[in-house]
Amino acid sequence: MPLNLLVCVKGTVSSTSGALRPEGQPLSPSPLDEYAVEEALRLKERVPGSKTAALSLGTPASEEPLRSVLSLGVESAVLLCDEAFAGGDPVSSAYLLSLAVRKLSAAAPVQLVLCGKKTNDGESGQVGPALAAWLGWPSACAVRKVVEVSETSLTVERALEGGVETLALSFPAVLTLTKEINEPRLPSLKGKMAARKAQIPRWGASDLGADAALYGKSAATSVVKTAPVPPRAGGVSIPGNTPEEKARALAEKLKEMKLL
Amino acid sequence: MDYGLTETQQEIVSLARQIAVKKVKPVREHYDKTEEFPWPVVEEFRKADLFGLYLPEQYGGLGGGCFELSLAFEEISKACGGIAMPLGTSSLGSLPILLFGSAEQRERFLPDLASGKKLGAFNITEPEAGSDATATKATALKDGDHYVLNGIKNFCSTGKEADVYVVFASTNPARGPRGISAFVVEKGAPGFSFGKKEEKMGIRANPTYELVFKDCRVPAANLLYKEGYGLFVAQGTFDMSRPGIGAQALGIAQGALDETLAYVRVRKQFGQAISSFQAIGHMLADCATQIEAGRALLYATARAMDAAMKPAIELALKERLPVYDAMRKLKTRRWTKESAMVKVFCSDTAMKVTTDCVQMCGGIGYMRDFPVEKFMRDAKVTQIYEGANQIQRNEISMMMIKEAASQGGEG
Repeated sequence: MPLNLLVCVKGTVSSTSGALRPEGQPLSPSPLDEYAVEEALRLKERVPGSKTAALSLGTPASEEPLRSVLSLGVESAVLLCDEAFAGGDPVSSAYLLSLAVRKLSAAAPVQLVLCGKKTNDGESGQVGPALAAWLGWPSACAVRKVVEVSETSLTVERALEGGVETLALSFPAVLTLTKEINEPRLPSLKGKMAARKAQIPRWGASDLGADAALYGKSAATSVVKTAPVPPRAGGVSIPGNTPEEKARALAEKLKEMKLL
Repeated sequence: MDYGLTETQQEIVSLARQIAVKKVKPVREHYDKTEEFPWPVVEEFRKADLFGLYLPEQYGGLGGGCFELSLAFEEISKACGGIAMPLGTSSLGSLPILLFGSAEQRERFLPDLASGKKLGAFNITEPEAGSDATATKATALKDGDHYVLNGIKNFCSTGKEADVYVVFASTNPARGPRGISAFVVEKGAPGFSFGKKEEKMGIRANPTYELVFKDCRVPAANLLYKEGYGLFVAQGTFDMSRPGIGAQALGIAQGALDETLAYVRVRKQFGQAISSFQAIGHMLADCATQIEAGRALLYATARAMDAAMKPAIELALKERLPVYDAMRKLKTRRWTKESAMVKVFCSDTAMKVTTDCVQMCGGIGYMRDFPVEKFMRDAKVTQIYEGANQIQRNEISMMMIKEAASQGGEG
């Protein structure tokens, strides 16, 4: 069965642009999102007949990053764009994205949503898993390989500190990906030309039927309490003018502490 | 400098630059050393649609012209003039079909060349016929609905990796230069094989082979234009292809200068960066000025030529004529003089600039660990192939004299 694959793409200022202030800078897809786009295209090639679409939440300037995604071979894109969306946090962004996923799924059920592990601006890494939570779908974060894909499920590998975890997820599901997963392709000129002409619909709050309490400024993160890591107690300075003297002093200290 | 590129042209430059930086630069040393054919990079050119830049959309191309091809060729050559070669050689194999082929021949060959599914090549040179193409000895004698080719062509760029070859042989040796004809020969034609592979000074990522024809039967439908028009086909092709060599040469020059500028800013002698010495500063300035002058000449010529050729190509497609006939109908002017000027100026600039770059980098510039000597080796051939620069100068001066004579000036 062909799959409907959806990639979430955030338009951000390139970290190599040298710009200190993001205002007015051209946007491009956040780097890890490019891996998500590539993986969607590879899954489309793996499962014949599948379709890919891209989704972005942002200002009108986010249309450019969506066009660059279209130039790679993604068939369609939607931009969630409304002044009222400004000021939210990762969870409210995920809420808006989840509404769009549901709206798209009503037309053609989406089996898999792919996101980069995190963006190069906020770096929260929360939008992907929060989106899965809003949708009530299973998710896997920091996926480095799609091992197997079938009509109803997929098996993925994700990197953990000091190990690898293999997970099976049934569709529909959400993945966030790391850059180990693939090497993103470059666009084609014909793709670029077609992308320039493509119509990218914009959906606002009313198109999504969004609950005003759950997005924008009213849903911004508020600081309830801070719990900083306790400051470190002072250490011990090892005296000595030369490395040899310092080593001797250290050895004595360790003996004193009965560690040697 | 801002040359007022269209949005599409800017996209061509930006994509070619990405390919140059990400896919060509990291492997150029490998292919220069091993002389292997860079198939993975050619695949990137293909996927990016670079092979169809100058071919009509009707055949799956992008409908641009010589200018669009030059922009891409220049960008890729900034990373490696050798790996960039298939873009040039495939255009040299495609242009004679576009310009002199019948509508049927265009439909037969151009779609696969535009997509890059097949690579084109062009071979007029023979051991005894270099600058003097009139000395062609290979023969193509008619036998029913076939021509039988015999002889050896040499120095064929992209060698045995191409699929569609445009080659020149005499259909009537008694008529000398007027007996030479052009043919499309496909790889695998019986009696067509590859001889010696040359070991070269530069552009080593591109194989140069001998083509051997031994009773090779080529369908009469593969004759380009008419019997005896071979040298017209060659010259008409060169008019459009030589700016491409200019672009390759400029790319090589710019690539060498970019590496050199980065090096002289960090290399310290006598307690300071060598870029602060006037001796180096003036050389940098001269290199940059010559490159920019070449670029201005190349871009102006390519644009004017494309604009002049466009109506002829459109008429040819509409009325199913060879483009050459449409050019005659519309009295489209030839660009022999200007395209030779581009080729001469840009290739001489490339040789001068790359030699100066090696000089500015000093000892390290001469070493294979550093990329600048390769640019100098790659630059040399641009003064030689597609007509040695001395032949270009003959053509330029001959056209000047012709033009003056036709204007009725005193001889």
